[in-house]
Amino acid sequence: MQLSGANILMECLLEQGVDTVFGYPGGAIMPIYDALYSYSDRIRHILTAHEQGASHAADGYARTTGKVGVCFATSGPGATNLVTGIATAYMDSSPVVFITANVGEDLIGKDSFQEVDIVGISMPITKCNYLVRDVAGLADIVREAFAVARGGRPGPVLIDIIKDVSFATAAYTPLPREEHHIGGRLGALVRRASHDLGAPEPDQGDIDLLAEMIAASEKPLVICGGGVVRGRAEAQLMEFALRIDSPVAITVMGGGGFPGRNPLATGMIGMHGTQASNHAADRCDLLIAVGCRFSDRVGLQFKTFAQNAKIVQIDIDRAEINKNIKTDHHIIGDAGQVLARLNEKLPQMNHTAWKEEVFFFHTETIYDDCADALTPKQVLSAIARILPPHTIVSTDVGQHQMWAIQHFRFDYPGQLLTSGGFGTMGFGLGAAIGAKAAKPNEVVLHITGDGGFRMNCTELATEAHYNLPIITCILNNGTLGMVRQWQSLLFDGRHSETTLDRGPDFVKLAEAYGLHGKRVTCVTELETALQEALTCGTGYVIDCAIDADEMVRPMVRAGGHITEFLVD
Amino acid sequence: MSNIKRHTLSVQTANEAGVLSQVSRLFSRKGYNIESLAVGTTDTPKISRITIEVLADDRHAELLCNQLRKLLPVHSVKLLEPTQAIRRQLVLIKVRAATSEVRNEVIQIANIFRGSIIDVCSETLTLSLIGAEEKTDAVETLLKEFGIVELVRTGMIALERGQYTIDENTKEKGEFHYGKHVL
Repeated sequence: MQLSGANILMECLLEQGVDTVFGYPGGAIMPIYDALYSYSDRIRHILTAHEQGASHAADGYARTTGKVGVCFATSGPGATNLVTGIATAYMDSSPVVFITANVGEDLIGKDSFQEVDIVGISMPITKCNYLVRDVAGLADIVREAFAVARGGRPGPVLIDIIKDVSFATAAYTPLPREEHHIGGRLGALVRRASHDLGAPEPDQGDIDLLAEMIAASEKPLVICGGGVVRGRAEAQLMEFALRIDSPVAITVMGGGGFPGRNPLATGMIGMHGTQASNHAADRCDLLIAVGCRFSDRVGLQFKTFAQNAKIVQIDIDRAEINKNIKTDHHIIGDAGQVLARLNEKLPQMNHTAWKEEVFFFHTETIYDDCADALTPKQVLSAIARILPPHTIVSTDVGQHQMWAIQHFRFDYPGQLLTSGGFGTMGFGLGAAIGAKAAKPNEVVLHITGDGGFRMNCTELATEAHYNLPIITCILNNGTLGMVRQWQSLLFDGRHSETTLDRGPDFVKLAEAYGLHGKRVTCVTELETALQEALTCGTGYVIDCAIDADEMVRPMVRAGGHITEFLVD
Repeated sequence: MSNIKRHTLSVQTANEAGVLSQVSRLFSRKGYNIESLAVGTTDTPKISRITIEVLADDRHAELLCNQLRKLLPVHSVKLLEPTQAIRRQLVLIKVRAATSEVRNEVIQIANIFRGSIIDVCSETLTLSLIGAEEKTDAVETLLKEFGIVELVRTGMIALERGQYTIDENTKEKGEFHYGKHVL
């Protein structure tokens, strides 16, 4: 049948099973929004306050569900407002398809109103991107874009559609998703890749060698990275860890990939890692990193990281092998597949002595209580007591993020939504909106700081309009806490421009948006507020006053050796 | 970094708009300066072949190849061993030659190096020369004393010696990843 480009795009979204799109309209994308008007019974559009909010919401949706998130924006400033969101998704391997419109064909390249080369801008922060200038190729490109976003190591893809393409008509033949790889661009890509791949299976020789290395090891350590979460390989990892009876350290991105309360879990590893995790990395004789790229926040000092160990990397992305850390062995493949194949070969092992050595160290930080003020620990403990254990948690970036990850022991992939790689302040509220839109029956908690919250708090309007009752909990210390902590420790206490002693009154702000809120200064007030938040039926903002000098502990200096703690 | 040497990367890509900027961007993004770059279509018009020379140590050259393989339009990448590759570039040199003695000398030099004179006027001679850098550098040095007016190089192109091609199924290539979970 003959359809306009905009209608073809809608049909292609339906082919992919897309039911929710986040976005913001504008001039160049009007034909697409016009088509959306006719499809509004099948595709729900969530209109955010700002394109950045939409980008984080689509990302949060993708991280929660494991499906591809979709985000619309117009040309020019609409497109550039996505850039931070695209980069955030790219650094954390989150599958999102960003669809932007561009000016008409006769205006391209003339510095026309709201024209920008978003394909050029987004090149380093997408898996691939497309400029669509011919309506005949549109369906084919959308099909490839979704497959690429979710395939292999997931990531964001951008499709920039010239305005004329959305108006122009072309023949559209519906094609179920299972048949997309047979022909067209995707067919050519798959044939090429499978030719190149030889076999999509992980190499059996590599697996056998790792099994031998495990058998020879007395002090194994497993690192659960973001690949376990993205690949939803939690069951295989659990069996693997139990079988080899090894402690498991968890990266920020790996949160939820291995249950944090399991007796084998040593907690977070890296700059703010636990004593147990960091000492285990230093003492182990075999380190098996699953879906972990050894970022500088994990590896810290690459030359001495796991210096007594043979390092093995299991990753789906060939380009991550040996990138940051020189490894002794690697297996290329999907975490779940590789671990399942390994588990078949492994006998039940026992490393009691090694576990005793590791768990001699703390697996959590001991924070002191304070009688007359709220501490982060008291806030997080109260939350853990009152909110259901299945609660989805999104964070911004900084001290509250580290405290939340240290404190909440995440149970399942997709429970923690955090910008680990890019460290985007202002990510949390958008991500929470995406998560709540995807899973309306789950409690969604947005933990943030006063600095991060202020960056994108306009999205409270979205939360209110779509009645997405998110619980926002601000750990408000009136400062840009993590930077201030570094200034205290590394810059002689010279707190340059990190004091955020300014409004607004967050409770009044929440009320202005039609939500509820409360400022709390003690545990009892906080508990009451949390109870109210669970039952009030709207979004709820809890403003928790905490002390500005509270630090995230322990801490290793950037580039320092993993067990040389700056503060314990 | 130690052991920095010149590496020759041969890259086969789809012949599409934007591929060259994607490939070259990768080098600057990762902090490498491209020493030489040559691009052209192959016997299949839809496929381009890019030859890139870069100064790097072995490990980083390998990492660059892996990053290149991740680009969707890139079909295959091969790091060419210097001893196993034929490398050639074309150089055009316009040299000052206003007298017949100088013209004769330049023509002799061109003949010795199997170059050819492709343009003559009363003031200058232009010669073309094909070879790897040992040869072209030698000619450049010899012609300097007459005065080089202009010089331009195509950038090095390279092919592997013997029967092997960039499409040969090596393990290195087997690890180029998309097929898995692509749907």
